[in-house]
Amino acid sequence: MSESVYQLNTLVKRYDSRTVVALDSLTVYRGEILALVGPSGAGKSTLLRLLGLLEAPTSGSLQFFGREVANGSAQADLELRRRLTMVFQRPLLLNRSVQANIAYGLRLRGDKSNGKVASAMEQLGLSHLARQNTRVLSGGEAQRVSLARAMVLDTEVLLLDEPTANLDPYNVNLIETAVRKMNAEQSKTIVLVTHNIFQAHRLAQRTALLLDGRLVEVSPSDVFFTAPADPRTAAFVRGDMVY
Amino acid sequence: MLKGLLDSIVLIFTGDSALTNIILVSLRVTGISLLISTLIGIPLGIFLGLKRFIGKRLVIALLYTGMGFPPVVVGLFVYLMLSRAGPLGQLGWSFIPHLYTTGAMVVAQIIISFPLVAGFTMSAVLSLDSQLRLQLHALGATPRQALWTMLVEARVGVLISIIAGFGSIISEVGAVMMVGGNIENATRTLTTAIVLETRKGDFSMAMALGIILLTISFIVNVAMLRLQGKALDQ
Ligand SMILES: Nc1ncnc2c1ncn2[C@@H]1O[C@H](COP(=O)(O)OP(=O)(O)OP(=O)(O)O)[C@@H](O)[C@H]1O
Ligand SMILES: [Mg+2]
Repeated sequence: MSESVYQLNTLVKRYDSRTVVALDSLTVYRGEILALVGPSGAGKSTLLRLLGLLEAPTSGSLQFFGREVANGSAQADLELRRRLTMVFQRPLLLNRSVQANIAYGLRLRGDKSNGKVASAMEQLGLSHLARQNTRVLSGGEAQRVSLARAMVLDTEVLLLDEPTANLDPYNVNLIETAVRKMNAEQSKTIVLVTHNIFQAHRLAQRTALLLDGRLVEVSPSDVFFTAPADPRTAAFVRGDMVY
Repeated sequence: MLKGLLDSIVLIFTGDSALTNIILVSLRVTGISLLISTLIGIPLGIFLGLKRFIGKRLVIALLYTGMGFPPVVVGLFVYLMLSRAGPLGQLGWSFIPHLYTTGAMVVAQIIISFPLVAGFTMSAVLSLDSQLRLQLHALGATPRQALWTMLVEARVGVLISIIAGFGSIISEVGAVMMVGGNIENATRTLTTAIVLETRKGDFSMAMALGIILLTISFIVNVAMLRLQGKALDQ
């Protein structure tokens, strides 16, 4: 854990006049799983969209693989953008078959192969649904398709926004296994937003707490959950934080 | 009444050249107008659905007005513009059509139908999830690829916009009468011919024309619905 994938400094995102994200500094290291936790509305998804190079920050510095991208220049740089992929909080699937959805990003890259699609479906238990239109999927199935669609792209960086929200324990386990595998076997860098602090503890090497768009604490997960430095982290982990 | 219907069916199947010509003029004028309306309306609808710019509300208000604009008023407007003393007619440029030509009719029909195509396309695009474009970008889409995917996602609505555009002009009579003049073998369409035959009291002919018009409209709509059905099934 030395080389950095993201380097953020005094990064601010405002919508109209409302400040949603305001970070002093944060580094995401190559090959780590970093969990982002925090109450609803803390700005987790917004931060993830900034990391996804999908929106330009209002001010500050955001470096991605050593390149300054805060000015929005990266949005135009396809090669840079394609080094990451993001799974949104709500699965935004296309009105096509499961298979076509999972193959979508590959087809954008001119990759016509089906092997990766098939094995991702296999891994996430979607094979029997390959030809189904996504409109008839259950919530959990849709979420797995959404993850599979990102997994097949095999990008160095993966941004996951609540990939297991509203899932049953079996599906949570399926997805957690896939995430762990990508990190361990392919050393992918993963930023994971989750409401489930146990999941953060299980998966992430480091965990960060976001409150009102500000970073309260970033620590190795063991420290974060057992001996946090900040009393607000302790309160959040205990579950008696008042928002 | 029944005899009139029989006569009209005989007329359809014996089909004289005047009738054939009327059908061809109708199809050609409507077809060209719809094609151009689609080429203007779909990109405009997408643009309005996706981009934010100053004055957008005004443009949309104008578009909605255009969607419900009385065709005769469009006819009057085109008549005044193209007439020899009118602002455009005066210029005498070769690409500006003269009154009482199919070109003038096409101009009127485009003005009638493109707001419908653009308006319905816009609402189809607006009904997509606002985050969809970002998700597509996150999956590595270029802006052009994302745009295309969104158009495909909105395909049902976009097809409806074309059907609406077609419906507004195939059956339109006021404007084509004014700017086309209902000239035999030149600018006479199914609708203007029906008006003429009814006035003359030739109800068999009027009814024959009416049946043909309905049939064309039906066939086109069935074809569009089939396409839409395919789009829905995918
Ligand atoms: N595009 C936007 N325009 C205006 N306000 C926005 C926009 N996106 C997010 N916000 C606001 O920013 C705040 C943070 O939103 P965000 O989605 O980042 O929260 P979150 O931490 O992901 O919450 P949750 O856990 O509920 O998903 C919210 O109050 C939201 O209303
Ligand atoms: Mg969120």
